[in-house]
Amino acid sequence: MSVFDGLKFRKISSPIHNLDPRIKFIYVIAIFICAILFPQMLPLIILFIIQLPFVFIAKVQKQWIRSLRGAAFLAAFIFIINVLTTFFYNNYTLTFTNVESALAMTTRFIVLVESFSLFFLTTSPDHLGLAFEQSHMPYEFAFAFTTAVRFVPVMAEEAQTIMDAQKARGLELEKGNILKRIRNYIPILIPLIVSAIRRSMELAEAMESRAWGATKKRTNLYLLKLHKADYILISLTILLLIITIYTKLYVQIPQISELLTSLTLFAT
Amino acid sequence: MGQNGAGKTSLIKHFNGLLKPSSGIVRVDDIETTKTSVATLAKKVGFVFQNPDNQLFSETVEDEIAFALKNFGFDKETIDKRVTWALEFLSLSQYRKTSPFLLSGGERKRVALASVLAWNPETLVLDEPTIGQDHEQKEKLRQFIIQLQNEKKTVVMVTHDVEFVAECNPRVILMREGKIIADGPSKSILTSPKLLEECSIVLPQITQVFTKLAPIGLPDNIIDVDEAETALIAKAKENRYY
Repeated sequence: MSVFDGLKFRKISSPIHNLDPRIKFIYVIAIFICAILFPQMLPLIILFIIQLPFVFIAKVQKQWIRSLRGAAFLAAFIFIINVLTTFFYNNYTLTFTNVESALAMTTRFIVLVESFSLFFLTTSPDHLGLAFEQSHMPYEFAFAFTTAVRFVPVMAEEAQTIMDAQKARGLELEKGNILKRIRNYIPILIPLIVSAIRRSMELAEAMESRAWGATKKRTNLYLLKLHKADYILISLTILLLIITIYTKLYVQIPQISELLTSLTLFAT
Repeated sequence: MGQNGAGKTSLIKHFNGLLKPSSGIVRVDDIETTKTSVATLAKKVGFVFQNPDNQLFSETVEDEIAFALKNFGFDKETIDKRVTWALEFLSLSQYRKTSPFLLSGGERKRVALASVLAWNPETLVLDEPTIGQDHEQKEKLRQFIIQLQNEKKTVVMVTHDVEFVAECNPRVILMREGKIIADGPSKSILTSPKLLEECSIVLPQITQVFTKLAPIGLPDNIIDVDEAETALIAKAKENRYY
């Protein structure tokens, strides 16, 4: 559940919350591209650090840390798999460089989670839907998307209740081998799916009774407009991309392990 | 009883270990809930959730009721016996092979109840059992609670249905903002307008009438229709109207 908590939007006002969602999305994609481009540890750490100010300006540190904690399990998984595969691939030897590249993969994943979490924590589903609409996406799709996002926390809560209800009937989720454990989730998934379908039908009826889709051309009460802050963010994003491409093409990025060795050499 | 968000459901979730105390100790039959699993406690404390849709998943009502019994490791014969008993007890026998999803809301609620009753727990916890039940079903539920009490079982019920509580006449505990504010027999609690108002509960209708009639010398602590009748007849005889 903690992962979902880290993506749940809470309405507060901050310069980051007020940014145009389209620009924020471009920023997330830019971070995504940069993280994919570098397999080395050093630039990935820099990518991680340059995002921290945004988190603090948006005042979402608590939820943000929770989402990172939720991702910690997957991150550990990525790290272990990477170390193990290099270990077996290199005839059972493990070097600093191998560990470092495994760490870099993990950091890359964390950077992605960091930026996505920041995006979802500071963008209201309404704004997101508005952004879709103004990017000329059909309203039906935009609506479906915002509804889906909005119901994620509801579903998460419901899953918790269902788990409690089945536990109260003696269901032990953590019991048995892998296959048995997967089977254990059937009594949880079925009620969850049934209620989701039931809810969607109710929602459809409620929408139709309020004349959804009666007007072909919708107008919006709020319109997204670019402000000064948006222009600053987009310029920063472009700058980041330029630096990234330049570094990628012309700069030799040292490994941290190499840096450390040369440092110790230098000291002795 | 208590208003929404008073902490009633949180409290009863401690009874079978779904929630563990963050400070202090909760003991069920001298076993600390923090030291054992929900499944072990569930065998002693049957918990029926408010919304039956949170637990129904089987293809037939029969399987649904057998689910918990299988989890607790009863043998096949016992399971069959207990299922038949539970179905009959809640008059669901004709739905034995029906899918629980095809039943009406009230029937689904009874299936959920049957699926817990089947393993005959010593304590039964009911979260809002009267919601969506017609009068006949409520009356059955009341009879059934009385029957369990006669078997020396504990029944804990969370409800907003003040009339239903008045008819059952149990010990009542009032909660507000996570604290217990009153605890006593329903006759003394349900006739205290001040206490009930604090919890945004209204007096039972019969009590309202008798509170208004108190100035003419009628008792103001009546919660039951039969009691009311006796009191009225006594008063009428006293004044020779009867």
